[in-house]
Amino acid sequence: MTWNPTGWFFLDTYREGVITMRVSAVGVRTARPRAAVLLSLLVVALLAPSAPFAHTGTAQTRHDRAAADGEVTLRVGIQQEFDSLNPFLGFSLAATDVFRLIYPTLTTYAPEDFSVMPELATEWTSSPDKLTWTFRIRKGVSWSDGEPVTAADVVYTFERMMNDPAAATANGNYVDNFAEVHAPDARTVVIRTETPQATMRSIAVPIVPEHVWSGVDDVAGFANQRMPVVGSGPFVATEYRPQQYLTLEANEDFWRGPPTVDRLRFVNFENSDAAVQALRKGDIDVARELTPAQFDALDGARDIERVRGKGRRFYEIVLNPGATNSAGSPIGTGHPALRDVRVRRAIDHAVNRAELVDRVLGGYGTVGAGYLPPIFRRYYWSPPEEQRRSFSIEAANRALDEAGYPRGPDGIRRGPSGKPLDFEFVLHGDSATDALVGEFVKEWLARTGIRVRLLPVSDNQVNQRTTAGDFDMVVSGWSVNPDPDYVLRLQTCGARPDPGGGGLPDSFLCDRRYDELYRRQLTEFDESERVETVKRAQRRFHEMATGLILFYPNALEAYRADRFSGFLRQPAERGVITAQQGYWGYYRAEPTERARTAGGGGGYRSAALALGGALLLGGLVVAAVTVHRRRTAEHRE
Amino acid sequence: MTDTLEHGGTRRSGTVPRTLGFVARKLGGAAVSLGLVAVLGFFLFRVLPGDPARTMTRSAPVSAEQLAQLRHRFGLDQPLYAQFRDFLGNLARGDLGTSYTYNRPVTELIGERLGPTVLLVGTATVLAVLLGLWLGTRAAWRHGTATDRWFTSVGLTLWSVPTFWLGLLLLMAFGVGVGPLPGLFPVAGMSSPDVPPGVLPRVLDVAHHMVLPCVTLVAVIHAQFMMVMRSSLLEEMGAEYLTTARAKGLRDDAVRRGHAVPNALLPTVTLVFLHLGMVVAGAITVETVFSWPGLGLLTYEALRVPDLPLLQGTFIVLASSVIVMNTLAELLYRVLDPRVRA
Repeated sequence: MTWNPTGWFFLDTYREGVITMRVSAVGVRTARPRAAVLLSLLVVALLAPSAPFAHTGTAQTRHDRAAADGEVTLRVGIQQEFDSLNPFLGFSLAATDVFRLIYPTLTTYAPEDFSVMPELATEWTSSPDKLTWTFRIRKGVSWSDGEPVTAADVVYTFERMMNDPAAATANGNYVDNFAEVHAPDARTVVIRTETPQATMRSIAVPIVPEHVWSGVDDVAGFANQRMPVVGSGPFVATEYRPQQYLTLEANEDFWRGPPTVDRLRFVNFENSDAAVQALRKGDIDVARELTPAQFDALDGARDIERVRGKGRRFYEIVLNPGATNSAGSPIGTGHPALRDVRVRRAIDHAVNRAELVDRVLGGYGTVGAGYLPPIFRRYYWSPPEEQRRSFSIEAANRALDEAGYPRGPDGIRRGPSGKPLDFEFVLHGDSATDALVGEFVKEWLARTGIRVRLLPVSDNQVNQRTTAGDFDMVVSGWSVNPDPDYVLRLQTCGARPDPGGGGLPDSFLCDRRYDELYRRQLTEFDESERVETVKRAQRRFHEMATGLILFYPNALEAYRADRFSGFLRQPAERGVITAQQGYWGYYRAEPTERARTAGGGGGYRSAALALGGALLLGGLVVAAVTVHRRRTAEHRE
Repeated sequence: MTDTLEHGGTRRSGTVPRTLGFVARKLGGAAVSLGLVAVLGFFLFRVLPGDPARTMTRSAPVSAEQLAQLRHRFGLDQPLYAQFRDFLGNLARGDLGTSYTYNRPVTELIGERLGPTVLLVGTATVLAVLLGLWLGTRAAWRHGTATDRWFTSVGLTLWSVPTFWLGLLLLMAFGVGVGPLPGLFPVAGMSSPDVPPGVLPRVLDVAHHMVLPCVTLVAVIHAQFMMVMRSSLLEEMGAEYLTTARAKGLRDDAVRRGHAVPNALLPTVTLVFLHLGMVVAGAITVETVFSWPGLGLLTYEALRVPDLPLLQGTFIVLASSVIVMNTLAELLYRVLDPRVRA
């Protein structure tokens, strides 16, 4: 660049400063023209790089869109950095989305309805005692370096997770119950579990190539950034620039057939507004995790199609029912009144979910009911009319009166021990949603004679307080997998923290009947029986009212309709494009004719060369003029 | 200044040892500061609430054994003094530990992000200093005039504008385009993936990406250099040596450039060097708005987790750069200003 002349200006002024006594001679030089030259140089230097692009802007964009004739790149804006590209370590949403694209899994979820379907495993059987599972591995699948994918790779992956604690970081819970894994032949994997486990058909562990990973001694220290990454999914990761972008090329040999696009690129944005602007401009094709305001603003935008998908997430308020650890000893600072299920139910009556969806989510969400979100239709349960606790401050007041919590002179209700119902409500400090929910709930509960003190803290502290039981009320929420086992387990006695830490509790519900239902669904291999049991577990959870499910936020996305006519969404009904439980959205994107036929590049190179030449020439001229001036000036001295 | 020339001869004999002593004192002071930074960096972030082992596992379900395993791997199961001893030992070897979030060496992560930040903030600082000095000189020389009022008010307005807001505004106007104006600049990142090979296209591509964040930074920070330059030049304006210069028949421009500015420049040097120390710290807001892959962003992310080794590492690097720059400024001062030497 041309900073040298300007930098020189600065130093030169200095030199003059030191030799002030000789000014009579220096004064001969004319100052104004030089200053003007420098200023114009500055302006040119700052703005020049843009000038040629202004004229060739379309050419440059076109180049970006299609490196060669007919090639299509799908560019997805993401707002989260990959925590790691190592599938044993990374478990951020962004990372798992990539692992699904580059590594095979035994089974996957169908795009239509999340039903389990074959992926690397073509079929599977279980022994009569449900302890031994046999998976048949697909024939003719190969890694991107040409090696065949065999049962040995699967065994290697699971065994590594079972034997190397570092390798268990991301998906260790899947192999917790594994007793032994072996491969009787190259096409067969046999897994023996300690106890029967209904979730064996949905092990979402990325399978890695043994011939690559057996050379990795320290999994924890392995970034897996040597490109191209050896995988066997529909795409191959080929270029990674941290915090900028990750490029994946289509795997032409993918056993299900090559993807519809030639290239997939995840582009990092540090703020969602910039991602939206990039979408408007056409720099990216898909933007996700939009806020309701951004989603509304994109209404009617040219060439942009909006997707309002059902979300996988539920959002709840946890009421501390008297937390205990796995040894059964009470822990934490929960308010005694909340141990009374009647108080918890009364609080539920005082929460206006419809208003929360309307005011907090801008209408982009579903009113909360059962534990599992309605995107999973099969397991979805909502309380029947007679069990529903609809919003009614009067009903809440009545229930509290009947339960024996009279109001004190200050209007705050008192418990049997005379302790006022004064609850600490822990919120995620950086979440706008939490802040709004907190304000609303505080207001509603005040009308029932319950005082709420809002306590916004860092995410880390929320987690720590939740684990330690140090809260009266806390905001919580989970993303639910197609198999509900994981979130159902959160409410069991077994999820309570060990005396020495560990464990991952949610609401500290430790209820014999719930646990019995949980155990039954885990060992129930009849699909419809299992669904029924899961629904009954949700009913029990609702009865106990330790977690008040507020809403299920929508997943808001938008894409360039001029470049893509559609995506395979999951589920078929009001599904999402990105962050699916599978690779369908990216794999079966539908580029438009326009995206395919956009001309090749070339504009960029000529523009760049023209600009470079101009800058170089300009720099030379300026340098020559300046040197000439200085010479002249020195002569005059 | 004339003083130095007159007395220079008599003091010459003692100059070298005095200079050495001065340099040694300054370097010693810097070393002590660096040591304090290392100590502070270790203890400061351990005050943050939260169990690091739980932070690492985020929302994954873990058993007590797994937590113990993690604590052991990161040395968290040892008493604080032992951790501190290991920390100092590693620091001496240039090892800043392993990031909890990224599972990679902190030095590697910082190294990755340092370049982009220094490039962006360094360029912006150089431009802001030049622009600020130039505008400040003009404003002071013609103080009270419309030019002065115009420069000052524009500068101060930009200085008080929230950086985030200004950045987004520029991004929308020049990145996306408004009305007939096309989007001239990229909206995010520091390079495009599809740039043809070769050094020149790559350099131009980065320059192209750098324009908007750079303009934002210059617009916001140039005012401080301008105001300091303006006020220090105003102080010189009444000085008698200027009258002398004018009496010699020098033109106004020559008086300003040759006499007034050099003398007024000294206070500004302090500010410039103070600011150079901040160059490494980056500009978190600008980096966020334009998704610039820099160190400021990394620090911010580390704080959110909180990722102790990464925070510690960035803290030490940022604080050290300020200390180094300040020491450099003090040493340079002696070269630049004869009065300090006296």
